[in-house]
Amino acid sequence: MDTPKTVEFAHLGRSVVIKGELSGSEDLYVDGQVEGTIELHGNSLIIGPSGQVRANVNAKAVIVQGKLEGNIHASERAELRKSAVAVGDIITQRVAIEDGAYFKGKVDIQKDGAKPEARGPVASASGAAAGASAAAAKTPVTETK
Amino acid sequence: MASVAQSFMKLFRGSSGDPGGPAPAQATKRLTRRSSGLAELAKVLESEETLCVLDLGNTSPANIRYFTERSHKIYSEDLLVASTDRSLLTKDEQGAAVLDGKRFLAENLLYPGALFDVVLCWNLADYMDESLVKPVVGRLWSLLKPGGMLLAFFHTREAGPDAPCYRYHIVGTDTLEMQHIEPRREVRKGPTGIAHTAITGGFRLQRVFNNRHIENLFRDFASIKFFLARDNVREVLVVR
Repeated sequence: MDTPKTVEFAHLGRSVVIKGELSGSEDLYVDGQVEGTIELHGNSLIIGPSGQVRANVNAKAVIVQGKLEGNIHASERAELRKSAVAVGDIITQRVAIEDGAYFKGKVDIQKDGAKPEARGPVASASGAAAGASAAAAKTPVTETK
Repeated sequence: MASVAQSFMKLFRGSSGDPGGPAPAQATKRLTRRSSGLAELAKVLESEETLCVLDLGNTSPANIRYFTERSHKIYSEDLLVASTDRSLLTKDEQGAAVLDGKRFLAENLLYPGALFDVVLCWNLADYMDESLVKPVVGRLWSLLKPGGMLLAFFHTREAGPDAPCYRYHIVGTDTLEMQHIEPRREVRKGPTGIAHTAITGGFRLQRVFNNRHIENLFRDFASIKFFLARDNVREVLVVR
């Protein structure tokens, strides 16, 4: 999938630094630094090539091109582009990871409507305990190279 | 005897290149090989039950896809790259440079005990600094469920000291793609928030384990099975 046109996204530029809870009801492109949490229920988040995010992220779709330290809960899909450095767990329905991306953490594919397991604190890569029920049926997974 | 610092640097292939220079592009050529160990493991992986799998190799989209398509949970942690973190270098009582194994284990392989059904070590033990190999295997023992399986590859002496280090991508129940990658520098933040520089790829074979060494390495495990491949690699499947 191509990166959506950033002009349609709220844009946090390279020089922007945010600490705290970031929430909204529109798509967001982050090319600066964010530390805390990002809540974009029903909307998309793109972390640009210069973006450095240290936060748990909750959105419909999450695309990482820069650095993310924290868990991703994407209700629809998560993508790690080749420049991505992601440390944390990914809970989503569909995942696409480009060759060259660095990822440390867990990938848990959940079918639509499945209840996600409780997520741990930021930067506790893969620290969440096992036990959540995963999709029993085959889940479509895309992969980009 | 070479110092640990020298040995540490010997982890990396290509001493002539400037390690701080621009990162070369990753080689993309892939070789296909059959894996008897993976074929044996596939009997478990094809089960309907949701398994927890730990892949200790370089991040592989193919592996993540393989396991998630089968409804398994996949954990990815590139332990070899983590072991090249220069900040791990410290000095012992005699002032000799050593790798801080305690810190390495305090920052890596942090999972609840007995979590995993399967651990994929690939060629980790052959290319990782010797001082880390035993502690890592010990930690992996504690992370595996009783009856859990671990797949590791070891070069035979015939492979030679310049045996290239590969990434392994699962492309079938008994088929792997091997991808040789060139060194590149990456700056990453550790759990403490401190930025570390690590070098990915281009690792040098550190030693050759014979069968007895391998059996000793996994002596705490319940069983061990060897598969000798045509490319001078012994595949080892151990069961906790």
